[in-house]
Amino acid sequence: MAHEIAERNPASANVVLVGIQRGGVHLARRLSTLLKDVWGHDVTVGALDVNMHRDDLNHRVPPQIHPTSIPFDVTEKNVILVDDVLFSGRTTRAAMDALNDFGRPRAIQLAVLVDRGHRELPIKADFVGKNVPTSLQERINVALQEEDGEDAVHLERQ
Amino acid sequence: MIWNRKHLLDIQSLSAEEILLVLDTARGFKAVGERAIKTVPALRGKTVVNLFIEPSTRTRISFELAAQRLTADVINFTAEASSLKKGETLKDTARNLEALNADIIIIRHSATGAPHFLSRFLNASVVNAGDGAHEHPTQALLDLFTIREKKGRIEGLNVTILGDILYSRVARSNIWALLKLGAKVTLCGPSTLVPRAFESLGCRITHDVREAIESADIINLLRIQHERQRKTMFPSTGEYASLFGLNRARLGLTKPDVLIMHPGPINRGVEIDSSVADCNRSVILEQVTNGLAVRMAVLFLVNGGKGPQEVHAS
Repeated sequence: MAHEIAERNPASANVVLVGIQRGGVHLARRLSTLLKDVWGHDVTVGALDVNMHRDDLNHRVPPQIHPTSIPFDVTEKNVILVDDVLFSGRTTRAAMDALNDFGRPRAIQLAVLVDRGHRELPIKADFVGKNVPTSLQERINVALQEEDGEDAVHLERQ
Repeated sequence: MIWNRKHLLDIQSLSAEEILLVLDTARGFKAVGERAIKTVPALRGKTVVNLFIEPSTRTRISFELAAQRLTADVINFTAEASSLKKGETLKDTARNLEALNADIIIIRHSATGAPHFLSRFLNASVVNAGDGAHEHPTQALLDLFTIREKKGRIEGLNVTILGDILYSRVARSNIWALLKLGAKVTLCGPSTLVPRAFESLGCRITHDVREAIESADIINLLRIQHERQRKTMFPSTGEYASLFGLNRARLGLTKPDVLIMHPGPINRGVEIDSSVADCNRSVILEQVTNGLAVRMAVLFLVNGGKGPQEVHAS
């Protein structure tokens, strides 16, 4: 994925990574390390919590809020949003709304580790680690070394 | 930890985990206030009513701004300019506000239990912004938020609450919250304003200000609530200042990293000396900033719906 991102973004100095809390933040940090090897310079990473911008706040118990930290100006940057799983697309929509409050990026691209389908919005990822066709009765759990002590993607039947 | 309360009525009925959840949530909202664009759409289309039957400026403004930063519509309702003056009951007033589709009613009232009363018949969420001398939950939450931010923890800290305890809802809410989170609480003030009965809650009581402040990590000063006292509880404000006021000399007796807190409004020269109020150990103005974040968190949480925590994330 890092190589695909590098190929698509020749203006490497203009690229910033923004991970969506929680899994996406760890993945964004890993991509940053990999991209540094490719490009030979640091790639800034931010963390975005989209829960204040969700569209389902009336239909669920309040989500846990994790820190948002975007310590740079996103205006005119190529922002690569990073998430672990792409499903309905609603988180991505909320993330784009949230990002707007920080400035006006030149472009936003989307990188996800797993695309499990079932979109409810016209959203498509630019970079996908793996497409995993699923049924709605199944759950995808992404375990990451940083949080769970292992790297694994579990497909579970409910 | 999941929040599934519709109202925030008091601290007494909250668990330690629920208190920590509010504080964690508030951290995220504090960051919103530091951005160029300080609003988020979490309460878009919701109507929040500030039903303030007792005068208040800072709490009302704080709640008002908190609701606005969450993109809610806000109505301010004060007793002076209302039909309560024309003989309408609190119940009818609240029902009328709900008929305007109010989603959250924030109430300040001089009677203990007024928010609990409203919560029994309203469909809207009720948030207690101070009821008589009973509780002022959001003040306690913002005090704890400030302590945790500055000290990194609450458990094991020595917290001294100094001043008018008897008539203070801030004291009661703080005592509940601090004890639940494992702090050690000392109460100090004139014996008429610091009844022994508070010992039964698990607080240490002293009327010797030196003893109260020497080992304190936090000193929370409370204003004398003249408006609630039915008779004179101490001879004069001058005597109060000389016996219990926090001045330069007394500050010299404290730990070097003590935090000086005060819910405001401060009475300079009475419970706190000007030089102490403005010194680098005073976090009084940071409390105001944190109050906004905590109130955003509270409005966000009580507005939440029911159901599963994760409705198919991503």
